[in-house]
Amino acid sequence: MADAATAELTLKDFASDQEVRWCPGCGDYAILKAVQGVFPGLGIPKERFVVVSGIGCSSRFPYYMNTFGFHTIHGRAPAIASGLKLSRPELEVWVATGDGDAMSIGGNHLIHCLRRNVGVKIMMFNNRIYGLTKGQYSPTSERGKRTASTPVGSLDNPFNPLSLVLGAGATFVARAVDIFVPHLKQVLQRAAAHPGTAYVEIYQNCNIFNDGAFTQVTDKENRTSQVLYLEHGEPMLFAEGRRGIALDGLRPKVVDLEAGEATVDDVLVWDETDRTLAWLAANLLPPEFPTPIGVVRAVEEPAYEQEVVAQIERERQRLGDGSLDDLLHRGDLWTVGADGQVREGATPDQP
Amino acid sequence: MTTALEDREPKRAVARERFHEVVIRFAGDSGDGMQLTGTQFTNTSALVGNDLSTLPDFPAEIRAPAGTMAGVSAFQVRIADHDIHTPGDAPDVLVAMNPAALKKNLPDLKPNGVLIVNTDEFNGRNFAKAGYDADPLQDGSLEGFRLYEVALTTLTRRTLEDTELDTKAKDRCKNFFALGMVYWMFSRPLDKTTAWLERKFAKRPDLADANVRVLKAGFNFADTTEIFQVRYEVEPAVSAPGTYRNVLGNSALALGFVAASRRSGLPLFLGAYPITPASSLLHELAGYKQFGVTTFQAEDEIAAVCAAIGASFGGALAVTASSGPGIALKAEAIGLAVMIELPLVIVDVQRGGPSTGLPTKTEQSDLLQVLFGRNGESPLPVLAASSPKDCFDVALEACRIATRYMVPVVLLSDGYIANGTEPWRLPKVEDLPDLRRDFHTQAEGFAPYQRDGETLARPWAVPGTPGLEHRIGGLEKEDVTGNVSYDPANHQRMTDLRAEKVARIARDIPPTEVHGDPEGGALLVVGWGSTEGAITGAVNAARREGLPVSRIHLRHLNPFPADLGEVLARFDRVLLPEMNSGQLALLLRGRYLVDVTSYAKVEGKPFFRTEIYDRIKEMLHG
Repeated sequence: MADAATAELTLKDFASDQEVRWCPGCGDYAILKAVQGVFPGLGIPKERFVVVSGIGCSSRFPYYMNTFGFHTIHGRAPAIASGLKLSRPELEVWVATGDGDAMSIGGNHLIHCLRRNVGVKIMMFNNRIYGLTKGQYSPTSERGKRTASTPVGSLDNPFNPLSLVLGAGATFVARAVDIFVPHLKQVLQRAAAHPGTAYVEIYQNCNIFNDGAFTQVTDKENRTSQVLYLEHGEPMLFAEGRRGIALDGLRPKVVDLEAGEATVDDVLVWDETDRTLAWLAANLLPPEFPTPIGVVRAVEEPAYEQEVVAQIERERQRLGDGSLDDLLHRGDLWTVGADGQVREGATPDQP
Repeated sequence: MTTALEDREPKRAVARERFHEVVIRFAGDSGDGMQLTGTQFTNTSALVGNDLSTLPDFPAEIRAPAGTMAGVSAFQVRIADHDIHTPGDAPDVLVAMNPAALKKNLPDLKPNGVLIVNTDEFNGRNFAKAGYDADPLQDGSLEGFRLYEVALTTLTRRTLEDTELDTKAKDRCKNFFALGMVYWMFSRPLDKTTAWLERKFAKRPDLADANVRVLKAGFNFADTTEIFQVRYEVEPAVSAPGTYRNVLGNSALALGFVAASRRSGLPLFLGAYPITPASSLLHELAGYKQFGVTTFQAEDEIAAVCAAIGASFGGALAVTASSGPGIALKAEAIGLAVMIELPLVIVDVQRGGPSTGLPTKTEQSDLLQVLFGRNGESPLPVLAASSPKDCFDVALEACRIATRYMVPVVLLSDGYIANGTEPWRLPKVEDLPDLRRDFHTQAEGFAPYQRDGETLARPWAVPGTPGLEHRIGGLEKEDVTGNVSYDPANHQRMTDLRAEKVARIARDIPPTEVHGDPEGGALLVVGWGSTEGAITGAVNAARREGLPVSRIHLRHLNPFPADLGEVLARFDRVLLPEMNSGQLALLLRGRYLVDVTSYAKVEGKPFFRTEIYDRIKEMLHG
């Protein structure tokens, strides 16, 4: 769909003139570069992009994108983005949010945006910590986390973000990792192409307050052995095909193909449209299982804003484009003549 | 001028007597259809040409236990042959469908007033539910009223005895028996209501037929039994020439927003979450999709205002509507709208009390909340509607200010006018204000916070416009560029600019209109919002007696009209009735150093004319 206006767009066109002020070494830099790398290739004029955010480190994102941008208030980005998308369905509305913003103070807006399937893309930067407020535990922090606000350990269980959004009825769910840039870009491209709400969780390292939160995935030795790349129609293999996920009754288990525990035919074939498999993938948790990344669920359902527009259009066809004069003259009318006489109905010059 | 009902001696034979005005109250159980009965009487009276004003009074519970005091629902209507401003203080006629309705409403009935009761409901069980120790029909407590005992349920069942309807369905028609009797008393035609019933029950002709039969039976019963000695006549009021309809406050608001959308060319977007008494605005606008209206029932109050802000960023005429508790939840987002300087109308249909308070009762106690209930220095314009029909004009005015000044505007209504009705002379569409406003399109030299020299409005630069890519947000903005800025001098300057922008609206609103003696005098009554009717009635009555009292009524509460301080100074004393604990009085004292006498009341119900009249007399003679 690229035309003359969009063909020559490059990463630089999407970089704003603002100095990027995340901490050196922050995972947000890689995500910013990935997004700036993906947008030019989507074949969409630059002025159609809007990046909306809430509050937190991740929510500084719009300032660094040379697009229309809206840095809103804590937790409310999905609600503001929904209103924008409803009023202007042709815009490409992206939300940058974090685990505190999206899962705690803004949890309600996130789940309802997903339930409605509004056509916005939500990038949830999960660093499992509150960074901007200087290191309190977040709703995705592991139990027992020692932080500024939990000096002897947190007591509450974390959300499993994938389970949460699947429970909310998300039509597109994916997980990516900040430093796996080519894969992250692929996932973002898939999200961009999805008509309804696209939710992408991005593991993002906060090297100041929660360094190493995702070493289970990102350490060199774990990148193949502990990471399962989900690919539609392909068997759920990892560790360079040496191991896979199979079912033992209704429970998933890791099978070692190299040791002859199973053959590739025994391994589950990944289907991103299958609801049950999505739940299974969401609950493959380390250390027992590898961490799945990629598209966890992708099903096409009508986008909310398109349904809203269609409903308005149907009403216009059914009732005609509304006449304000007719509207004001609805109901029982009476007329007072110049002589003061009252009679039923409108004055003759009115409908 | 007016002849009250109690001044007349009932006649032996049926006679026709003319009255200038009558106040009628229908009261019954929540399930008895009293709102519907009252509305039918109102609509018919409007078509007869009476001026009128209505006051519904219903419980917060949808269906409180039948027969209890908590379940009593009432509808009061005042009809007159002259211009009136309120639904009246005390009823001349009370229809009580059960003992609880009688007990709750009898204290208001005028001495010698007409009282119609449904005797079928007057039994031991219902006496207990209403807290009566003895049958009030027998114990002499109703002496001093003209009591008419009618077995409404029995008569209704008898009317319908040859139908297939079950007893429950038959009994549901009994309110129309009462309505038929009242129609006879006031010489009203039945055809409006019969036509309405046929429309309403188009799919159930048996129900339409049953209700029509019962309505006619009630009318004929009154006609033939000679139970009433008098028929009352209220002549049409003399009104300005034009086409009229009856309008509810919330309906007028909805129509005003649709009109503003049409006159501005901007699509209307309403973000709302259900809350009493604002919900009917959402219901009504949801029915106007053919006007390009988008209504978004959000997951909560915060999402409702945020979605509206998002829509405004996109270039829609954005509105959010709620009541006090919802406005409290929206406060942070309203502050965001102040910061990003986008147009937004926030409707607050005020109700009683803090917290959940009195959801179905009225109050004006959110004035200070909407002015000051946000963090930081965050001024915004505030307007108040003064009557059901005024809601239409105020909606247009709120949209005008919001789009012209790029600012969130609060529109205050309240439960009294939201659910009240009055005749409305329909405006001509071409006479409505022109609200067209251009989006910014010029990329050359564009800066998001470059201001208009006159209004200080920043440009409305909507996404999708090539070359205008920019970022807005809640962090303090640098003047002109809109970049994030922590510079101390810049923060002072931007704070001053936001305040000055709102203050300049005072140049753009009409001067204060003094009703009475513009040159000044002994006493000025100041009002705002829904107290206008009661204040007008009281001041007019006092002036007819030659008392030196004038009144003003404020639509613009922030900024105030530029001449307000000077107008206040022309009067020796200032009386300010308001349904709160003195909020506007506090503002006027603080702003103008005027020794305002506050007449504050928070009973969850509107002022009576007589209360204000008495206070005026007291101040002038006391």
